[in-house]
Amino acid sequence: MPHPPGCLLFMSTPNESIQLTLNGEPYAMTAGLTAADLVEQLGLGGRRIAVEINEQIVPKSQLAATPLGAGDQIEVVHAIGGG
Amino acid sequence: MTQLTDTPFTIAGRDFSSRLLVGTGKYKDFTETGAAIAQSGAEIVTFAVRRTNLGQDADAPNLLDVISPRQYTLLPNTAGCYNAKDAVRTCRLARELLDGHNLVKLEVLGDDHTLYPNVVETLKAAETLLADGFDVMVYTSDDPIVARELEAMGCCAIMPLGSLIGSGHGIQNPHNVRLIVEQSSVPVLVDAGIGTASDAAMAMELGCDGVLLNSAIAHARDPLRMANAMKLAVEAGRDAFLAGRMPRRQSADPSSPFAGRING
Repeated sequence: MPHPPGCLLFMSTPNESIQLTLNGEPYAMTAGLTAADLVEQLGLGGRRIAVEINEQIVPKSQLAATPLGAGDQIEVVHAIGGG
Repeated sequence: MTQLTDTPFTIAGRDFSSRLLVGTGKYKDFTETGAAIAQSGAEIVTFAVRRTNLGQDADAPNLLDVISPRQYTLLPNTAGCYNAKDAVRTCRLARELLDGHNLVKLEVLGDDHTLYPNVVETLKAAETLLADGFDVMVYTSDDPIVARELEAMGCCAIMPLGSLIGSGHGIQNPHNVRLIVEQSSVPVLVDAGIGTASDAAMAMELGCDGVLLNSAIAHARDPLRMANAMKLAVEAGRDAFLAGRMPRRQSADPSSPFAGRING
């Protein structure tokens, strides 16, 4: 959904989009959603992942109660091979 | 045949029967990873924490499907961290990933050419992690003074390098490793540098409590065979250490008696 420049300066309504940083990349998301919504949107629901927002861990049990705000720095990590 | 016994190998209050710890990096695929690790007999298995690939198929297999937390004691590492802050964040993410499991392998690296431990940042990270309730197995240099400091802080295992990570150069300073073993009352494991079975056996003969390795198996021509070799080498080295080697002599000493020779 296109937005005029500067729209992020105003209060978000559920239909507006906010800009996040997700795993180091810019990411646009509908305003008013939670961290759990983001995880679902990424197709990672039920996967073994961990989420950090603005350098704070968000426990799995808290994802649905954690609203996302413009400018949030989000990390979603998983396990990979390593020594 | 006599059943030989050993004291338990205990890490952070848990007993293990295998003294070989293995990593999960550099394998061709998850099938090979799973098979090599099963062959190694390892019970503690390391892995890395990385950003999820957002473009990736969410149904793609996950490392933890192959290396199940129910079957193995998982040891998340902080590989790729060059300062204490990143290492601490990584450990907290790992703890969340593993539902509160708080055993971690702390490694804070100095540069990407040597991957040598940055002990200043390692000490800082260890302090924060220990205060936050983590059980910290710490990768460090083979400096006995640093090792002593890390133990005094409360790290549950001291893991000096044998040589540079992934180099396969074996144990370059066995004298320092022995000094660390002799002074430590927590387990000492050689972590990094093991290239082949004799290196792993040497670590154990020096009195180390265990060995942690990855590349030596994953980069062998036949990883499964090398996994087996490492299992046997760690067991053989441990038995040799417990047995106590014979004294070295400057001259020969025949194993067969002189008496009764036909040319006597």
